[in-house]
Amino acid sequence: MADKKTKPKSFQEWMEVNIWGLLIVTALVLSVGGLVEIVPLFYMKNTMEHHTYPEIVWDKAGKEPIVTVDEAGQQQWNWKAGEGMRPYTALELAGRDVYQSNGCYLCHSQMIRPFRDERERYGHYSLASESMFDHPFQWGSKRTGPDLARVGGKYSDEWQRQHMRAPRSLVPESVMPGYPWLDENYLSGKKMQRHMRGMRTVGVPYSDADIEAAPALVEGKTEMDALVTYLQVLGTMVALDESKTYRE
Amino acid sequence: MEASLERKYNFDVVRWFTIMAVVYLVVGASVGVYIAAELAWPALNFDSPYLSFGRLRPLHTNAVIFAFGGCTLMATAFYTVQRTCGARLWSDKMAWFTFWGWNLVIVLAVITLPLGLTQSKEYAELEWPVDILIAVVWLSFTINFVMTIANRKSSHIYVSNWFFLGMMIMIVYLHVVNSLAIPVGLFKSYSIFSGVQDAMIQWWWGHNAVGFYLTAGFLGIMYYFVPKQAGRPIYSYRLSVIHFWALMFGYVWLGAHHLQYTALPDWTGSLGAAVSIAMIIPSWGGAVNGMMTLSGAWDRLRTDYVLRFLIIALAFYAMSTFEGPVMSLKTVNALSHYTDWTIGHVHSGALGWVAGISIGAIYHLMTRLYHTEMFSVRLINFHFWTATIGTVIYIVAMWVSGIMQGLMWRAYDEYGTLAYTFVESVDAMHPYYAMRTVGGAIFLLGAVVMLFNILMTVRKSLSEGSLSKARALPAPA
Repeated sequence: MADKKTKPKSFQEWMEVNIWGLLIVTALVLSVGGLVEIVPLFYMKNTMEHHTYPEIVWDKAGKEPIVTVDEAGQQQWNWKAGEGMRPYTALELAGRDVYQSNGCYLCHSQMIRPFRDERERYGHYSLASESMFDHPFQWGSKRTGPDLARVGGKYSDEWQRQHMRAPRSLVPESVMPGYPWLDENYLSGKKMQRHMRGMRTVGVPYSDADIEAAPALVEGKTEMDALVTYLQVLGTMVALDESKTYRE
Repeated sequence: MEASLERKYNFDVVRWFTIMAVVYLVVGASVGVYIAAELAWPALNFDSPYLSFGRLRPLHTNAVIFAFGGCTLMATAFYTVQRTCGARLWSDKMAWFTFWGWNLVIVLAVITLPLGLTQSKEYAELEWPVDILIAVVWLSFTINFVMTIANRKSSHIYVSNWFFLGMMIMIVYLHVVNSLAIPVGLFKSYSIFSGVQDAMIQWWWGHNAVGFYLTAGFLGIMYYFVPKQAGRPIYSYRLSVIHFWALMFGYVWLGAHHLQYTALPDWTGSLGAAVSIAMIIPSWGGAVNGMMTLSGAWDRLRTDYVLRFLIIALAFYAMSTFEGPVMSLKTVNALSHYTDWTIGHVHSGALGWVAGISIGAIYHLMTRLYHTEMFSVRLINFHFWTATIGTVIYIVAMWVSGIMQGLMWRAYDEYGTLAYTFVESVDAMHPYYAMRTVGGAIFLLGAVVMLFNILMTVRKSLSEGSLSKARALPAPA
């Protein structure tokens, strides 16, 4: 053990002979940076643009179902494109699960930066509020392929399907893997209900009707259907106004 | 004298971690070379879910960081703490639990990641049941380490142990907070955080996995193994103190620089970049501290290949801790973000620094743990050159491709429209992706040679009976 007869000459030396002191001081020093950078993001109102521009979020989110399916299988949509951020429908969420599971985020970002070239290539810069229901976020860190934050509506469903099955049949230079097996995997309504309840627990405003509608939306659909549906909704929820400054 | 330490210390667990570290280096680097080839020749994805890039890339990162890096850290931390404290590990049982638990984590990663079971957070892909196991094993590692220090025979706690300790505490914070998730199935969960907050927490984790796991921990290795191999004390005690506290305080802030120009508020990114720049000073202080330990014995580099690994690792450390802060600057980041430059930067740290210092430490450990000389010193030299050349080819390929991507994406033609479509930039990367694969393959070749050399050394030790002789010696008084 430490030689207790000689008194440490400095605070540094005290820590060098006292493991518990070193442990506690190190633990405190290590906690500062994270606390300063992370905690304010949960409280500062200007972090999320919808605090300034409430129209970014769909005003009926959680109060009315996004979409219902009647007995004849017809869909009634209460939300229309551009009406604001809302949780993903069961089918879109299933598509997002496929996106996560296959590591799409490793090659595709979903975060457009406020530069001229990115605006022309991908569209309006991304807002923080646009990923408010993304548990976890899918901003990505690498563009081996292009950004997908606003890919919704850019290509037809049929193009997306063919591109997933055999990317080089449409884009010869592409290095994307083919995903033909997505056509073979069918979705489960029960599973999607479980996933939606989990999302609701962490704060995503799903109404009971949204969760009830899940089986009717996903049964008989494949992972391919789900993924394409998810891609087609990306960036279409909020109608952004070019004349507004959402972020400094 | 040396040999009688076998009874005093628990070297068995260190031996196992050491051997497994080298096995995982080969595995992790092989997967890395394979996915690098997939980007150059996408037919290698074979339209199979289990071989697709998006599922194998997390397997590569997990294998090199947690399997190779983790086993190296556990081997060296358990070795260093016993030697510098003059005390046996506090609990042998806990040490073996750490070994088997950690390897179970790795096996689970190898099974779950190709199946597409992932949290989709970079370097924290493993799903919640595995996360819980990681937390338990990591705590057992930490507690055993701290209690061994508490039982020490030496008066002061050696600097290596400060760095190991800092890493252990920080990884507990990071792993627990970043992995908070709501399970919705046995192997499916959603992060409790969303969007911008989740992004900040992820990169607080992501950069500190680099800053603590891959830097502080490996600096712990540096502070023990460089002086040991050089046979001289560390250059400056004072520099070690500054290096340690500056790193502990400063590194934590850097994560925000991964999110420049995103929807993260400006203040956070700028703060991250400002501290990143300031971090050059302690990082270089540390690199100088390691290199100057050789002051007056530079000629040893001519003959001592293990020392070469340790010193070239420090050179890569100095280089990547300069490059990193530069890339965190907003103007540079605007170009470099989302490109291969980031991948190149990571690999100059990972192959040059982390792997270099680990390989040096492992060769040093092998002779001490098996009480014999290495099977072949020439193969160590061969490994040194393959590792260095492979790393340099890799980094250069990524510099060129990364900067080219950044420039192509923002280029305008004379009519004021974008000069290139995205796919033209993909097409232009092909030669560099091929070159990167070659660089990686050369590095892998060295790793395979290392595994061979190490296994032959174990065989040599067994046939000489040097380990059993060492075990038979009476414990020191």
